[in-house]
Amino acid sequence: MHSKKPFYILVALLFIVGIASSIYRGIEHKVPFLPGKQVQSWGVEAKISFQGTGEPAEVSFALPNDPAFEILVENASSPGFGLSITDDPENKRADWSIRSATGRQVLYYKVTLIPTGITRIKAIGTPEVTNAYIWPATEKVAAEQAIEEVWAKSATNLSFAQQLNKAFNAEERSQNIELLLSSNSTSTLFVHMLNSKGIPAQVVSGLNLEDQRRRQQLVSFVEVYDDGEWHLFNPKDGTQGRPENLLLWDRSGKSTLDVIGGINSQVTFSMLQDTRSALATSLDVMNNKGALDFSLYQLPLEEQSLFKGILLIPIGVLMVVFLRVLVGLKTSGTFMPVLIALAFIQTTLLTGLIGFILIVACGLMIRSYLSQLNLLLISRISAVIIVVIGIIGVFTLLSYKFGLSEGLTITYFPMIILAWTIERMSILWEEEGPKEVVLQGGGSLFVATLAYLAMSAPWIQHWVFNFLGIHLVILAIVLLMGQYTGYRLFELKRFKPLAGE
Amino acid sequence: MKFSLAWPSALRSKGVLGMNKRNIDYIGRCNPRKFYKRVDDKLITKQLALANNIAVPSLIGVVREQHEIEDIPAMVAAEDGFVIKPSKGSGGKGILVITKVEAGRYYKPNGQEVTPSEVYRHVSNVLSGLFSLGGNPDVAIVEGLILFDPVFDGYSYEGVPDIRLIVYKGFPVMGMLRLSTAASDGKANLHQGAVGVGVDIGTGKGLHAVQFDEPIDFHPDTNKKLIDIEVPHWDFLLHTASKTYEMSEMGYLGTDMVLDRDKGPLLLELNARPGLAIQIANNRGILPNLDNVDKLGDHNMTVDERVEYAKKHFCHSAQL
Repeated sequence: MHSKKPFYILVALLFIVGIASSIYRGIEHKVPFLPGKQVQSWGVEAKISFQGTGEPAEVSFALPNDPAFEILVENASSPGFGLSITDDPENKRADWSIRSATGRQVLYYKVTLIPTGITRIKAIGTPEVTNAYIWPATEKVAAEQAIEEVWAKSATNLSFAQQLNKAFNAEERSQNIELLLSSNSTSTLFVHMLNSKGIPAQVVSGLNLEDQRRRQQLVSFVEVYDDGEWHLFNPKDGTQGRPENLLLWDRSGKSTLDVIGGINSQVTFSMLQDTRSALATSLDVMNNKGALDFSLYQLPLEEQSLFKGILLIPIGVLMVVFLRVLVGLKTSGTFMPVLIALAFIQTTLLTGLIGFILIVACGLMIRSYLSQLNLLLISRISAVIIVVIGIIGVFTLLSYKFGLSEGLTITYFPMIILAWTIERMSILWEEEGPKEVVLQGGGSLFVATLAYLAMSAPWIQHWVFNFLGIHLVILAIVLLMGQYTGYRLFELKRFKPLAGE
Repeated sequence: MKFSLAWPSALRSKGVLGMNKRNIDYIGRCNPRKFYKRVDDKLITKQLALANNIAVPSLIGVVREQHEIEDIPAMVAAEDGFVIKPSKGSGGKGILVITKVEAGRYYKPNGQEVTPSEVYRHVSNVLSGLFSLGGNPDVAIVEGLILFDPVFDGYSYEGVPDIRLIVYKGFPVMGMLRLSTAASDGKANLHQGAVGVGVDIGTGKGLHAVQFDEPIDFHPDTNKKLIDIEVPHWDFLLHTASKTYEMSEMGYLGTDMVLDRDKGPLLLELNARPGLAIQIANNRGILPNLDNVDKLGDHNMTVDERVEYAKKHFCHSAQL
């Protein structure tokens, strides 16, 4: 007997690959593990307005750049303006331009954002302070004294910033800091003081996201570099870290809005919170990233819905293998119950069961007449198929006349399978009597019902279509069950007399 | 009916063979696919048996085409009775037994008349493959009726009792007598309601009896005490069964034999997937005997040596 090791390695491999790819899809692509899951999204609209002077105008506007939010959809409406969006990851900007602008001009930029849950801001490379601020002579001494005072109390970039933040917001501020603040804005002063110690820091602006707010302004923060990460500070109120629902809009360190050829420019924001399907969201995100290249979602809709059905078959098959190998249930026709279960998905369970029993019962009656005619098997089966089509037609018409819309779904039953079922049942009836027909027919319907219940569960439908890795796991389980040499559940009862008491 | 389950460990300790293990470890391992037709096709089995000097029921004729069905009345005109079987049938399906032919009218063992048109339809079904594995086209075999040995009088109702022996690598490891009942309609298949009587490999004596997997003491129709039964020609039966190993080259076989009043033991058919009910009929598991044979490893024992070994090691007294 050859070694079973390669077999178990194969099974383990299928299992691991299946599970890992499903987890990857869940975590990396954010495909929700449960169907119907909702995520919140933010729709933010920036409204830029300025007075045109009749000259050629150019508007450059920083766009949101925050790892905590993923951009789902963005668009800009700007009648008459040329628009280009630069896709530099560090400094994303929209640039509008027009040959001549007169009077009030309004430009809109709309973006839909999804929170990613990533609150830390990773730095790209190690930023350096290129041109340290040169203090004016009047402030130089005060600044140096204040810096040294804080410097002595700190150990790292971060702790320096923390101490400085504290000094800025102390109840009794030192005279030096009071002096400096009187002639500088808080944020810029904070950045200058950090920079003069060689600590990379810059002013960034963010937006506090609150549902149904209009005419909001950007708020400035300071981000300080320490150990591969940017840390947010708000020197105006002495807080540190990212407030909840803050969207960092502009991290370029440059001005958020530049208008050339216009005056009285200003930008205001309005925002709206919304919930949308987590699945649709992850698909949109994948589509944006081009990660959808090898996915069933690329198929035309019709083929997609076809696959939604096909991918349920492994679940039904797994059910049949389980019930036959581990339980020991008998069915008429190995995978007939799976096909019946697929039909049940279209017809719903109760209608399906009633329809199936009606068709088979009528078929058996007509078949018993056919059996008196001494026909060849092939013509008899063919006759049964035609009769089944007739029965289905009659039932469909009848239920339509009586206004039972459920009856119309009866056409989903696979006719060839029904014909063979009727033929087998009829032979079984003649050979072993009606009891065996009820037993085997009931067994098949029982398996079909179980398969239907498994296949119609929303989360299973969600999983088999969205996590294709699950099919590898099913394959592994089916292979494993093919090696199962233990007793079947029914054998435990059957051989009970042998167990001895 | 009370529903109680045995612990798997209890069954394992008694050496009970389950369906899955039978399929994987015995049928899958010991029965090469290419030899299946020797067993599944009763016509080939018959020819092989004759070539190996194993007695089989007489062959009246073979019906291969639909138009040949009309030849049947002429074929059986001289017979008292006959049996029509699908050559590739399984589980006793499609076997029509006619015990009386009278003025062109046919009667089943229970006295029910079978019209010629019913016979035609039956044979036509056989040829179309209704009873064969996988529904493949088949041929119908018309065999002479077996005149069963009067030793079983009162033990079988309207049918031929047959002797099933499980032959593992040429060793008869377990045996049972199958007796038809009213419930089984004259057929000897346990799942159809026939009575199974476990038979001691050493002596051919009855050990224990079951019907529908439940132990019984008396035949339900004749009320004869079942374990009093003793199969005659027992050695001959063991030899015949053992010989089928060389003949079929299948390692795990069920051999079905009957005792004919005039011709003695006849090989009825071979089964590559013998059922597990024989264990219930014997009231013990088959695995210890199978393991015993496996422990012998490669051997060159003759049929006689194998039968002797089996009688010595697999008899009832050796297992206690």
